[in-house]
Amino acid sequence: MPEPLVEMHGISKDFPGVHALVDCHFDLYPGEVHALVGENGAGKSTLMKVLSGVYRRDAGTIKVKGLPVNISTTRAAQRLGISMIHQELNLMPHLTVAQNIYIGREPQVVPSVLNEKALNDEAAKLFETLHLRLDPLKRVSSLAVAQHQMIEIAKALSFNSDVLIMDEPTAALTDTEIDELFRITRALRERGVGIVHISHRLQELKQISDRVTVMRDGHYVDTRPTADVSTDQIISMMVGRTIFEAVPEVPEHPSEEVVLEVRNLNRGRVIRDVSFRLRRGEIVGIAGLVGAGRTEVARAVFGADPFDSGEIFVKGTKVAIKSPSDAASHGIGYLSEDRKRYGLALGLDLETNLVLAAMRRFLGPLGVIRGALTRLAADRQVQNLAIKTPSLKQTVRNLSGGTQQKVVVGKWLTADTEILIFDEPTRGIDVGAKSEIYRLLNDLAREGKAIVMISSELPEILRMSHRVIVMCEGRVTGELTAGEATQEKIMTFATQRASAV
Amino acid sequence: MTKPASPSFSTAVGARLRGDAIQQVLAFGALILLVLLFSFWSPYFFNVPNFNNIVEATSVVGVLALGATFVIVSGGIDLSVGTVMTLSAVMCATAVAKWNLPVPLGILVGILTGGLMGLANGFLIARLKLPPFIATLGTLNVARGLALVIAGLLPVYFPTDELQGMVMGSAVGSVFPEFPLPNIAVIFLGAAILAAFILSKTVLGRYTYAIGSNEEAARLSGVNTVRWKMAVYTLAGLFAGLGGVMIAARVNSAQPSTGFGYELQAITAVVIGGTSLSGGEGAIIGTIIGAFIVNTLTNGLELVNIPQEWQIVATGAVVIVAVYLDIVRRRGRAS
Ligand SMILES: Nc1ncnc2c1ncn2[C@@H]1O[C@H](COP(=O)(O)OP(=O)(O)OP(=O)(O)O)[C@@H](O)[C@H]1O
Ligand SMILES: [Mg+2]
Repeated sequence: MPEPLVEMHGISKDFPGVHALVDCHFDLYPGEVHALVGENGAGKSTLMKVLSGVYRRDAGTIKVKGLPVNISTTRAAQRLGISMIHQELNLMPHLTVAQNIYIGREPQVVPSVLNEKALNDEAAKLFETLHLRLDPLKRVSSLAVAQHQMIEIAKALSFNSDVLIMDEPTAALTDTEIDELFRITRALRERGVGIVHISHRLQELKQISDRVTVMRDGHYVDTRPTADVSTDQIISMMVGRTIFEAVPEVPEHPSEEVVLEVRNLNRGRVIRDVSFRLRRGEIVGIAGLVGAGRTEVARAVFGADPFDSGEIFVKGTKVAIKSPSDAASHGIGYLSEDRKRYGLALGLDLETNLVLAAMRRFLGPLGVIRGALTRLAADRQVQNLAIKTPSLKQTVRNLSGGTQQKVVVGKWLTADTEILIFDEPTRGIDVGAKSEIYRLLNDLAREGKAIVMISSELPEILRMSHRVIVMCEGRVTGELTAGEATQEKIMTFATQRASAV
Repeated sequence: MTKPASPSFSTAVGARLRGDAIQQVLAFGALILLVLLFSFWSPYFFNVPNFNNIVEATSVVGVLALGATFVIVSGGIDLSVGTVMTLSAVMCATAVAKWNLPVPLGILVGILTGGLMGLANGFLIARLKLPPFIATLGTLNVARGLALVIAGLLPVYFPTDELQGMVMGSAVGSVFPEFPLPNIAVIFLGAAILAAFILSKTVLGRYTYAIGSNEEAARLSGVNTVRWKMAVYTLAGLFAGLGGVMIAARVNSAQPSTGFGYELQAITAVVIGGTSLSGGEGAIIGTIIGAFIVNTLTNGLELVNIPQEWQIVATGAVVIVAVYLDIVRRRGRAS
């Protein structure tokens, strides 16, 4: 048995009002992929942040390669060979890809004078060894979320770390990209790197991990070889009870009334002649690879971005949508895929965030906010979505990643709009809450709302949609009814590039 | 592994500049337009002595604006540069007039005074986590008060005109008599080149952008953001100190009750030059153009007999237009 790379014992960590970690254990061997799972707010990220020097532990011991250590800064962790890719991506949008990767350790001609050429060359070399298609000179703000993830991975790997912690690396990736990530992960495992893999996609644990550790409510539950446990067992360890994956419901037939119609929408090369209809009570799934233009279409319809040409009809009348507030006044709501940037007021409390999109409903005479009503509404979403928080007054920034996602969903559920566009609504959300969100979406559709759901998870698309629209390179390449749709058919359409037609 | 991005022909510089470059080109166009406008409007505008006036005024505000560029790119703000400039001028003059130090040492005292005040700003903001607006509003008044105290409420005069000769003479003019560019402009140019070098070619510059773009990300990447932010404010202070020496040389004395308002001119210059108030982008060249615009405008309006109060209104309007253009440009890029 080789010596463990990392041993953590009796780790505890409190935040104001929260015992985030209580007496937790974790160990990691060279050449293994160790999965870390648990519900939203279970303490996974916190435990790994303690290991990577972001937080200081309140109690417990950490040994790295047999030696007791105190890891008080991220620098110290990096020197010990530990690097972490955070759940919330941490890039500087104004800098280039290469500048981001080598931030804090730039090559220098003479001390403190940058050697920009060496920097770009090194980045290019790094991408080559990792077989990544990234341009070192591109500004990060011009790239999509999936590419941000790849930059983070490349950056973490550039440290030649012995320990690589990935906090939900697959949440923003599509299947092909996940395969690519796993290829890299396996190659690193071969080289003897110890990898921590945090994920809510339990199917992928079987594919990639050797052992799995389960956490619940800040406590350590158990560690098992992945091969010896079933997904159901993992779930019941996570939630402390047995839950049954609900059998996918066959969606009811929606009415014929078209509430939203998009005709010949165009914008440069990203949106090309996109048309579709959405009926009352219908859930339409939009599938496609990352970069297919799904988010761009959603943002254009919502008025967040301008478009070159095209028409939008709401309930049969042509409307001019030039801004999100136009869209809102026509009853369209949009849940963004990038919650941190567009979805949440991170510095405000939970209650305010939950009612923000529906503030008008809670105003009394003279525009005074009626606290009792907002509290009631917020409380209902907290119950609905099982949002884990010490109180309604908790600042949203301090909630766990998945919990923040639940808040965005809750916000649009409170808003009570007719047409809802959800962009990757279950990203980073745990199994229990996921089925809860599915149930809520179904309820909304049954109540007569019309829903567009963009998702990179095909099972989710298949399970939820009455109809599936598939996009590729800015065009709609196919449309399938719930009965016809299969993963294979969707993938065929999703890869139907213009050159191949 | 991701779908190949559309081929990029950009260079690193191109990628950085694409955003602010548009604003800089616009600003440069606006400057040319102003010059043309005033040349036709006033018979006193287009001549060498008046250009010297503009250049002299621009040099002082410009040096302050160089430091302000760093602070603003880092996502902060420094309201104290104007009165720190005055305090530095007073210290410089006091050192020469009252402590009988030689002029070069007096210059050093002035610059270091600015640096010290900048360090204090940095400490308050980076270490004690005060919001930059509040912290520098505080030091603005501290510096203003100290200047009055140290000077004893009265102007401090230099015993000789050695400093004035150094700064306001014209080394260029002694070689090319038809082109009497004052030394103060050469000093500004040197300071600007230094600032541009630091911002674009050194680690300090890189971290200034990084902190302004996403401070948390920089911190998690192992950048000591506290230390580098202190460095940024200290640098701004040093430039304000230099500005103090320059303004003292210009009038051969230190006027302790002036300086208030220069910080807004400096910030205006920075913003007109395309540096985003939300941090992460900007460049020195823009700031230089911005400083010239601000001073050309004031100078020209003066010459065409627009009353002082209307000049102030005009400068305010220019800021609003500049910021609006900046926002339009940003929105265009988001799509
Ligand atoms: N900086 C902070 N301040 C206050 N509370 C915090 C902070 N960070 C985390 N918490 C709390 O600690 C608990 C554990 O959070 P953590 O982020 O570790 O959860 P997680 O298991 O990673 O969940 P997820 O799957 O949603 O990412 C949560 O209750 C969270 O609200
Ligand atoms: Mg987490």
